[in-house]
Amino acid sequence: MGLWFSLFTVVILVLLVFMGVGVVGLNSLFGIVIPYAALLVFLVGVVYRVGKWAKAPVPFRIPTTCGQQKSLPWIKANNLESPYNTLGVIVRMALEVLLFRSLFRNTRAELRDGPRVVYGGTKWLWLAGLAFHWSFLLILIRHLRFFTEPIPFFVNLFEGMDGLFEIGVPTLYMTDIIILLAVTYLFLRRVVIPQIRYISLAADYFPLFLILGVALSGVLMRHFYKVDIFKVKELATGLFSFHPVVPEGIGLAFYIHLFLVSTLLAYFPFSKLMHMGGVFLSPTRNLANNNRMRRHVNPWNYPVKVHTYEAYEDEFREKMKAVGIPVEKE
Amino acid sequence: MSEDLSNVPKPDELMGIDHKPPRKGWMDVPVDFKPGTYSYPAKAKNLKILGMPNPREWSPTDEDWKLPENWKEIVREGFKDRLDKYRSFQLFMDICVRCGACADKCHFFIGSGDPKNMPVLRAELMRSVYRKEFTTSGKIFGKLAGARELTTDVIKEWFYYFYQCTECRRCSVFCPYGIDTAEITMMGRELLHLLGCGINWAMEPVANCFRTGNHLGLQPHGFKDTLEFFADDIEDLTGIKIDVPLNKKGAEILFVVPSGDYFGDPGTYTCMGYMMLFHELGLDYTWSTYASEGGNFGLFTSHEMIKRLNAKIYAEAKRLGVKWILGGECGHMWRVMHQYMDTMNGPADFLEVPTSPITGTRFENAKSTKMVHIMEFTSDLMWHNRLRLDPGRNENLIVTFHDSCNPARAMGLIEEPRYVIQKVCNHFHEMPENTIKEQTFCCGGGAGLGNDENMEMRLRGGFPRGNAVRYVQEKYGVNRLACICAIDRATLIPVCDYWAPGVEVTGVHEMVANALVMKGEKERTTNLRGEPLPGKEEVEDE
Repeated sequence: MGLWFSLFTVVILVLLVFMGVGVVGLNSLFGIVIPYAALLVFLVGVVYRVGKWAKAPVPFRIPTTCGQQKSLPWIKANNLESPYNTLGVIVRMALEVLLFRSLFRNTRAELRDGPRVVYGGTKWLWLAGLAFHWSFLLILIRHLRFFTEPIPFFVNLFEGMDGLFEIGVPTLYMTDIIILLAVTYLFLRRVVIPQIRYISLAADYFPLFLILGVALSGVLMRHFYKVDIFKVKELATGLFSFHPVVPEGIGLAFYIHLFLVSTLLAYFPFSKLMHMGGVFLSPTRNLANNNRMRRHVNPWNYPVKVHTYEAYEDEFREKMKAVGIPVEKE
Repeated sequence: MSEDLSNVPKPDELMGIDHKPPRKGWMDVPVDFKPGTYSYPAKAKNLKILGMPNPREWSPTDEDWKLPENWKEIVREGFKDRLDKYRSFQLFMDICVRCGACADKCHFFIGSGDPKNMPVLRAELMRSVYRKEFTTSGKIFGKLAGARELTTDVIKEWFYYFYQCTECRRCSVFCPYGIDTAEITMMGRELLHLLGCGINWAMEPVANCFRTGNHLGLQPHGFKDTLEFFADDIEDLTGIKIDVPLNKKGAEILFVVPSGDYFGDPGTYTCMGYMMLFHELGLDYTWSTYASEGGNFGLFTSHEMIKRLNAKIYAEAKRLGVKWILGGECGHMWRVMHQYMDTMNGPADFLEVPTSPITGTRFENAKSTKMVHIMEFTSDLMWHNRLRLDPGRNENLIVTFHDSCNPARAMGLIEEPRYVIQKVCNHFHEMPENTIKEQTFCCGGGAGLGNDENMEMRLRGGFPRGNAVRYVQEKYGVNRLACICAIDRATLIPVCDYWAPGVEVTGVHEMVANALVMKGEKERTTNLRGEPLPGKEEVEDE
């Protein structure tokens, strides 16, 4: 149900552009108003969501330790997997955010006759996830050339590297290929692996289709349904300098691309895509395993009803005295 | 202690499972309380002792659970309260992408094939309600957004599956965002407790512990008897009479163990092991009858209950005027001592930074909490060669080590026990790497689930561990499974009997004590279990 609903929704979104831009000619709506609104929703939404998490207290220091603690000087402590200081936490988080450390551990349990269970390494999810996120980031950086003048050197640098093999005219970007393959893999595993299909919601398929739509429309307009790049840049710089203009005759493919990107931006803060911000705040990862070295303070720690020693001795005093256990009150 | 496993189907039959989920969506599959797979509910008397809500007699198989009239409101309020108090809870409700990396990391999923035992789905049981009650998209799109109505069926499902999670945290090792199902299960159980739905095997120990100081309900004179009984056994074995310091004011160290160590075999041998070691060292320490429990089933109940039960540790250290605290071999106890105690009941500014009186080592890693793990203490002794050891006395043991969940994943205590084990025995083999250290598998009976009525589920959950034990049994002839957890010492016995028959379970300090050459001891012919020592078999026969 979630799959078809999501696919259907993305198709409708594309059709909306055909209608809105192609037929009715609402170029300003799709070229200016919607992108602005989407960006606003994105910024306000993300700040609100992250702010809400950040405001929530962290009552206990609960890192998941994945390596040797720092204890005795002659036992080698693992500062990456069981960080005991801030540097360790920073490196642990960097590995997690940049290289998906935890996902790299992934294994696959398989039940065999006997009965026995064996564990195989499986790196495909990690690889596809990493390929997807990194190519997305590089594509985003490449797009900066539409918003900047002069174009920063690193944008040209990345772009040069991305098109290193100089296949086709215009040059085929590696990141374009990689993101399409990675998203396709991430989608297929959701459909093919029975357990993953069982847990998948519309909220899992929808962003995949949306991103696939964004990437496909981008590739199509670069290589097949060419649009006027100079006019695209005119629109983009206009948007970012707050003097929006909508040049005539950019081409429909661009509006589809832009509308899907706008949808993605506006959808982002309401969705699981917020894991982008959330991963930095996860208390099992971003806290040091130095619990016994430095006291962690719970801001809402409140007094609780306890059974005091006095109450305990009152109940058992005679029995304690009878067997010679020292007591406070004779 | 061997349990009756005759009601459980044979391994082949038990594992005749399919990890493929059914066609029907999980929201449409109602929970089925199958005998052998759930724990009996908390008795009213125990809830009353603790002042907990809605004490009553009931059964999970009843149609009517006799929930409070406004139960829905209670859950909603309780949910919101916890979202406001715990960033972890908010995040873990919000950021899961359902990548499924956690799915086959759970011992209960591997052993049962029930899709709701996939950590992701266990959490979705709760997230679905969260979406409906607290998110706009959930309110508008309902099922399409993964949201569902809070009904009594949902409560029943929570009860079944949050008591089919041992809070072992293995899934959180693999989660790219560190989502910790233990945290979710803890919240789920807290909400259930607001309605009076707990399990007796957790709540009876909690009630006992609150009143008598330990989970077993052992009163001070009984505690003293037990330890003196051990001292007599030790005298028979070694010819040495050892002291049992109890509630001794001014002692240097307060020693705290899980009550399992003085309750049942083979924990008792570990307990004797501590006593022999301390005697040999001439350690100035004391037991406490009031703080006679290091374990804390509050961890399996609610954060408030952790604090209520744990408070006595520092209170007793203060009353007795000790300098620091030493803790025995226990798993979940050490999650509490390491990650919660100082925050909840500290600061322990009346204690001193723990320093070993034997080696002079200052335990800088415990300088705030002022509590040291016995493995840290003993490995330090061995590193400084302060013990005379004869590992030959353990020559007949071919040992492997089971990392307990909490020391491994909430503490990082990994090398210390290995160091100690290899000092006291000559034959040590690791289980496969996917089953040890931070990837260790639960015994299947942690977090209050180690009761007899839940045996089938325990054996299912214990399958990955048992399977790994059998692997080293077949490969290296392993016959002893060492562990540093009192629950393990009870629950791994049926796991081994069922999955790897012939392997026995031991605490590490039992092996230490067997190897320990004590000053003035008579020639030992048997180990603590009364079994002949290697090379002394004939003496025994005479």
